[in-house]
Amino acid sequence: MIEALLQSSAAELTQNRKKAVPVVLSTRIRLARNLSTAPFPGRATSAQRSDVLAKCKSMIGQLKEMKGGYFFDSKALSDLEKQTLVERHLISRELCEGTPGSGVYIRKDQSCSVMINEEDHLRIQILKSGFSLKSAWRQVDAFDTNLEQILDVAFSPEHGYLTACPTNLGTGLRASVMMHLPGLAISGQMERVVRAVNQLGIAVRGLFGEGSDATGHIFQISNQQTLGESEDEILSRLGNVLKTIIDHEFNARYKYLEENRSQLFDQIGRAYGLLQSVHIITSNEAMNLLSLVRLAVDFGLLPETSRGLVDRLFIECQPGHVQLAARQDIAPEQRDIVRASNLRAEFSSLDPLSFDNIVNSS
Amino acid sequence: MSLQRNECVYAVCTLLRFDDDTIMPEKLKCSLCDKEATVHLTQIIQNKIHKVDLCEACAQNKGVTDPEGFALADLLQTANFNVVPETTSGAGTCCPECGYETADFQRTGRLGCAACYTTFEAQLGSVLEDMHTGLRHVGKVPSMALQRQSSVVTLRQLEKALAKAITEEAYEEAATLRDQIHTLQTDKPGQQEITTLYD
Repeated sequence: MIEALLQSSAAELTQNRKKAVPVVLSTRIRLARNLSTAPFPGRATSAQRSDVLAKCKSMIGQLKEMKGGYFFDSKALSDLEKQTLVERHLISRELCEGTPGSGVYIRKDQSCSVMINEEDHLRIQILKSGFSLKSAWRQVDAFDTNLEQILDVAFSPEHGYLTACPTNLGTGLRASVMMHLPGLAISGQMERVVRAVNQLGIAVRGLFGEGSDATGHIFQISNQQTLGESEDEILSRLGNVLKTIIDHEFNARYKYLEENRSQLFDQIGRAYGLLQSVHIITSNEAMNLLSLVRLAVDFGLLPETSRGLVDRLFIECQPGHVQLAARQDIAPEQRDIVRASNLRAEFSSLDPLSFDNIVNSS
Repeated sequence: MSLQRNECVYAVCTLLRFDDDTIMPEKLKCSLCDKEATVHLTQIIQNKIHKVDLCEACAQNKGVTDPEGFALADLLQTANFNVVPETTSGAGTCCPECGYETADFQRTGRLGCAACYTTFEAQLGSVLEDMHTGLRHVGKVPSMALQRQSSVVTLRQLEKALAKAITEEAYEEAATLRDQIHTLQTDKPGQQEITTLYD
């Protein structure tokens, strides 16, 4: 069902070679919204959920932003397809496990998705490659305003947008920025960073949110509080924290380079070599090797254009993507073989590492 | 220093596991489903002790058994175990719109419908205080939707008044009301009919 989406040549996260920047992989902002006319999905009867799904589906389909977009009813998607959409960050794990009567609308370029009947009636998400809190907010705000012209949302002047879980109350806004932090992770500073930002009401998680680990040195950093501050205040506070983390990450990288140049080059060289010749590889190992290749691009050892390739492979080496691309049911061991063969093919045409081009400071 | 997989500790917590029933005098239930809890966690956040009891399956699900990727703070934030005060004056409150009860709120940490925010206002205060920067919404307001909702209310009031005027044979008043209704209806092109799904 989702082949067209996977084969699209204009997908925001996997095909955007120009916007890929060091440290920040992607920016996501989501708004939680509910209709004023039905109980929240967790409490609604299946008839009410179906009504909400049908109503929202038709309303969202009318918006010009969704022209040519994809709609998927959860029950029509296989587990594998759901997993693949989770790996692309287009739907949540909660939607996969969810009760019937839920679905997702995805914009043609995959930079926007609206989940219907997840924890809330609507979860509107904008997904951008690189660091772009402001533009993501402008887009999600405009989308929400357009939707509000045709849907009555649950809102109270005191509590703001009413959500199923009080953690999302008020603005209903969660901004998550996916960061590649090999410098801080390798130098053992992540624990300190996590503790410091936690005190500022900012959460740090692994690649796939709650409970996932930090494979590939990728961390998801997001705001915790949604009530009592305006959207601009939330985003500027988060933005400032992120800028500080970016600075620290660069410092950690260059300090590591200064003190452990040979080790660093060795690790990057091995990662590059392995990706060119490996025949069996798990997604975890692939992520960790790709992380080093991305670091090599940032250090100038590979052309800037290779960064977009790494970002695409970060997603395409996930189990769901490998399995789906194989077009047949394959066992995990075989998946590792297919993954390795895909990576070899991608890396066979990559430029060689030029260690002389090393950028020694930021 | 080596380039090994990052091992990052997200939160300071103790993870205790009791396989032997004799160690735990009373069997605790899982905070997520109602199965017997075998994993017991304690964390101190801002000088408050938070305890979570989980069964093996939920612990696995939430990544508790994976020390690399687990943050108890997240668990507490998203599910609010024990965050909702258990003894409050509002115990036994039931939402008139969706039938949600205080116990449901305590169990799930979630509310049933928009009206629950009014129903459980007393219990919500301290929960929101722990969770957020402030207690009042500052930020975007769906002005268009609010305006439309209020005009629907006005329309219904006018229609009621019109029906009353007709029964009372107050035709002059009825004519005025009819004009007002007409203006309200024609002033809002593209207005959707509001159907409530509660019925």
